[in-house]
Amino acid sequence: MHYESSIREPLILGDKSYHDITVEVAKPIETKANKAWWFLFSLALIMFMWGVGCILYTIGTGIGTWGLNKTVNWAWDITNFVWWVGIGHAGTLISAILLLFRQKWRMSINRSAEAMTIFSVIQAALFPGIHMGRLWMGYFVMPIPNQFGSLWVNFNSPLLWDVFAISTYFSVSLVFWYVGLVPDFAMIRDRAINPIQKHIYKILSFGWGGKAKHWQRFEELSLVLAGLATPLVLSVHTIVSMDFATSVIPGWHTTIFPPYFVAGAVFSGFAMVQTLLLVVRKVYKMEHYITVSHVEMMNIIIMVTGSIVGVAYITELFIAWYSGVEFEQYAFLNRATGPYWWAYLAMMTCNVVSPQFMWSKKLRTSLVFTFFISIIVNIGMWFERFVIIVTSLHRDYLPSSWAKFSPSFVDIGIFLGTIGFFFVLFLLYTRSFPVIAQAELKTILKSSGENYKKLHDNGEH
Amino acid sequence: MANTDQRLVIRALYDDDDTILSAVKSIREKGHYIEEAYTPFPIHGLDKAMGLEPTRISIAGFMYGLTGLSFAIWMTWYMMIHDWPMNIGGKPNENWLQNMPAFVPIMFELTVFFTAHLMVWTYWAINGLYPGRKAMNPDPRTTDDKFMLEISADHDKDDLISLLKETGAIELKEEQIED
Repeated sequence: MHYESSIREPLILGDKSYHDITVEVAKPIETKANKAWWFLFSLALIMFMWGVGCILYTIGTGIGTWGLNKTVNWAWDITNFVWWVGIGHAGTLISAILLLFRQKWRMSINRSAEAMTIFSVIQAALFPGIHMGRLWMGYFVMPIPNQFGSLWVNFNSPLLWDVFAISTYFSVSLVFWYVGLVPDFAMIRDRAINPIQKHIYKILSFGWGGKAKHWQRFEELSLVLAGLATPLVLSVHTIVSMDFATSVIPGWHTTIFPPYFVAGAVFSGFAMVQTLLLVVRKVYKMEHYITVSHVEMMNIIIMVTGSIVGVAYITELFIAWYSGVEFEQYAFLNRATGPYWWAYLAMMTCNVVSPQFMWSKKLRTSLVFTFFISIIVNIGMWFERFVIIVTSLHRDYLPSSWAKFSPSFVDIGIFLGTIGFFFVLFLLYTRSFPVIAQAELKTILKSSGENYKKLHDNGEH
Repeated sequence: MANTDQRLVIRALYDDDDTILSAVKSIREKGHYIEEAYTPFPIHGLDKAMGLEPTRISIAGFMYGLTGLSFAIWMTWYMMIHDWPMNIGGKPNENWLQNMPAFVPIMFELTVFFTAHLMVWTYWAINGLYPGRKAMNPDPRTTDDKFMLEISADHDKDDLISLLKETGAIELKEEQIED
């Protein structure tokens, strides 16, 4: 039996048994939703419907309904795309990278973080889809002969790399998530009393019975999938950043983009995990599993990645000056002091200054403060993408074609719609899926549970 | 014909993971054959204690990865070099190797795609798991907090029963199972 040092914080609080974990994880699925859930769900559904309306309007009328012009020909669509993909990264980081590093605290948050990954990648994938204009021609991104003639897709293009990266990322995350869900669905199936519910979870659980050989394969498969998902998640935002970095636009054409984008993605993803889990632990009474020390760990990651992002911003400025390229210098001067100075300031404040508060133990263990910072970071990271994209485009080489971008109601509507869609999916998930990977969590009860740790310290175990 | 395939097994229920692990060891020492264990979560060392061979699923995964990589190389070569060569931004494309740096992301993604998906399909297939399958565990409590061993009892049933009681089993059940 493996024991953990007593100076480590327990990961499961209270006097829990295996059965308590089962009951408490199954509870949100087995009980009726409360008023707060219905309120949030209705709100999210209305936002989603508004977004659907705006998307239909875009498809019916054309991209002209957006605020784009011929100078700023990429704005909120790509901003939102990068923002949502970035948010997804924390889920994979928690479930894959922390698995490889044997960080046991991932176990009570990985299920929800991965759900967040999948739902946010769905939002991200919407944007390139509708920006094609003719959505029904979407199959053109697949490696099939163009016009069904003999011209193929262009494998030299980062946009095509992106198609491969995002679809691999989405589908691999989905199966990784599902492999872990099957034993937990089986637990719900075996407890279900309502025959319809029992039947649904029977289908979802694939007949899982927890046989020894199956668990052996399960653990091996999880390890290999984690090993695959780790470089995969780093590759996804690297390739997203290449959409910009391989172009010759001043402000985009920088080699620092891949690591800088990945750090930013992890940063914003953890902020979103905090936003979601602080609510989930409260509403579903999961405080014993998602503890203050879990929140603190995530805050430390936010602090570290936020600081990496800060260093990247400053490096970018320095290199722009040091390069001696006047176009590059102007792009950054314009970014910080031009008409979009307020977006740049918002980005700097939210992403570089706000995570520094987490150096204080008191602040990073405060749930209210964490929730506040998590929202700030998400806003900041949206502005980062907006700043990179719009400020680099709006003043190009010809001053006569300089322009500004202002979003139309359709731009705003689609963005709000994806937030609504995301929360619709997430709220449905919290009521029908086990929000904590209970089978995995049970494996650490004896080593990291509060009651067992106490017994061990008193020499009784 | 009816009775030839039937075997007698004893299903012993335990309520602790450490107990079942030591039980497995002492049952095997006495020369009994453990047909199966049903547990709510993976117990480290249980597979070794039961004498299960290490899984070869990652070897399969490596093969799938090689398949994905080869497919990506063939696809980029066929589409970009052989069938319809395209000069994109002056990138050299006389042969595949010259153009290869631009294909690294595709080669990587397809390696991961093939490995992950084919491994997961293999996992479902060799475990015999599919949507709607009847639950494999005989007792629904084994996905909650109970642990079950299924031990072949064709020969010395009474010995086995007393041994199981010694190892801390909380419930014993005899069952005729068919293969």
